[in-house]
Amino acid sequence: MKILVTVKRVIDYNVQVRVKSDGTGVEKDNVKMSMNPPDENAVEEALRIKESGKADEVVILSIGGEKSQETIRTALAMGADRGILVQVDHEIEPLAVSKIIAKIAEEEKPGIILMGKQAIDDDSNQTPQMTSALLEWPQATFASKIEINDQKALITREIDEGLEKIKVNMPFVASCDLRLNEPRYASLPNIMKAKKKPLDLKSIEDIGIDVKPRIEQIKVEEPPARQKGVMVSDIAELVQKLKHEAKVI
Amino acid sequence: MSILVIAEHNNNEIKVATRQVISAASKIDDNIDVILIGYKCDEVSKQLSNCVGVSKVLVVNNEKFKNPLAENFSKIVLSIAKNYSHIIGPASTFGKNILPRISVKLDVAQISDVIKINSEDTFVRPIYAGNALATVKSNDKIKVITIRPTSFDPIPKEGGSGLIETIDFTEEDTSVEFIEREESSSERPELGTARVVVSGGRGLQSAENFKLINEIADKLNAAVGASRAAVDAGYVSNDYQVGQTGKVVVPDLYIAVGISGAIQHLAGMKESKIIVAINKDEEAPIFNIADYGLNADLFEALPALSAELDKLNTIEK
Repeated sequence: MKILVTVKRVIDYNVQVRVKSDGTGVEKDNVKMSMNPPDENAVEEALRIKESGKADEVVILSIGGEKSQETIRTALAMGADRGILVQVDHEIEPLAVSKIIAKIAEEEKPGIILMGKQAIDDDSNQTPQMTSALLEWPQATFASKIEINDQKALITREIDEGLEKIKVNMPFVASCDLRLNEPRYASLPNIMKAKKKPLDLKSIEDIGIDVKPRIEQIKVEEPPARQKGVMVSDIAELVQKLKHEAKVI
Repeated sequence: MSILVIAEHNNNEIKVATRQVISAASKIDDNIDVILIGYKCDEVSKQLSNCVGVSKVLVVNNEKFKNPLAENFSKIVLSIAKNYSHIIGPASTFGKNILPRISVKLDVAQISDVIKINSEDTFVRPIYAGNALATVKSNDKIKVITIRPTSFDPIPKEGGSGLIETIDFTEEDTSVEFIEREESSSERPELGTARVVVSGGRGLQSAENFKLINEIADKLNAAVGASRAAVDAGYVSNDYQVGQTGKVVVPDLYIAVGISGAIQHLAGMKESKIIVAINKDEEAPIFNIADYGLNADLFEALPALSAELDKLNTIEK
């Protein structure tokens, strides 16, 4: 069985993003980029499934600019076998992304597609669900445990109320929660080895999907800033202020 | 125009989030239908028909749909989707799971986590963990939207007179099976809707020490929250997590104890009315957004706070 894992190159999660003064988006030039964190969990899970003998190949797919090759190489250095990059020069919406993934899945025929539950840049939390619906495969979103037995998988999902378990048939799409596992670091020898692993470049024309955005971004702005508050000297003063000034207790 | 709201409920009662979504829908148009999918959910359909602003409650009542599997729920909604200009659900794990499947099958782009409605086609949503707000316009024929419930006041439970209609739908997806649900039970108010939230972070140092947080919470009739660091360290279960990947809360009072204030945590609480931070690191970023900051060791501050609250007997229960 083959596992397809999708990864996205995003602004590193430690970066304090800055909104452009013209309101067209956020500053991306000279900003540290890295793999979207939940996608690292997806890569790690795929490698663990392969190491348990239940999969024989882990294929990494990214959709984005040329530099997304670096993100794919990171996943190859963690231990994945080969990569595919569908090159697109501008931001595309989850709707188009899911159509591309579904198309690649029809060619590659993976038994499982693993994806991060959401990208930390657009915070959409849509692509895995859309991909699953397009392929008519079952979906297991916000997965924190994946147990594969034969032709089915038992998935533990993180839900608002606690946890939920579902059983899905193969093939399926899972979106990974941060609690699924602890992603490994790539060692230096593995980073060197990853440079030699195959990485297939495809153009968006090859895929033949219309990626024209449906949603117009009118403007992007800073959220209203909170006024910096005051420091209090002790608990007694804090309680007095909460009671008489803020009137919340 | 007419709007379809997908109800979130547990077969006994509707969730507050559903009333908050109806409230958001009412800012677009007053022709609002609610679809209720479940089993033995007559009580819930009555509650919905009593909600102000609901024209019609469309009920699918079948044992097959007792639990919300996205494959089934999305197909049911799709069977009537063409009658609506907007399909709206809560940006809870329930809504996030289901709506994108509807969106892609209608071949429209979904707009997630809307916090403000400017017009029938223009919405505001947070991106980059709430560090930027995007105003977006949808050019699709049907708008599929998830609403951040806490950004809208729930519509009143009483005073409505919606019609109740049954929809017959029996087709079941057999590629997925519901096994079980483990809900964490708590006597305290629900985190997402509590008026006061007391949250603990890594500074608590152990699961055992979280009782200090619980004690304060009980005195304030508050919900208990946690930072991701506290959850990952195993101090509390992850349904307590406040933040980008946890719950978004907007209480009147948020007390952050031993929480440094990472970007991803702030995304879940920085809209709170009053923020209090107790931290022994005076450089902690949480102090930049706190209305009242106390630079102190929490192990001294919490017992003192507990004693001080005992002196007040005016806390609203």
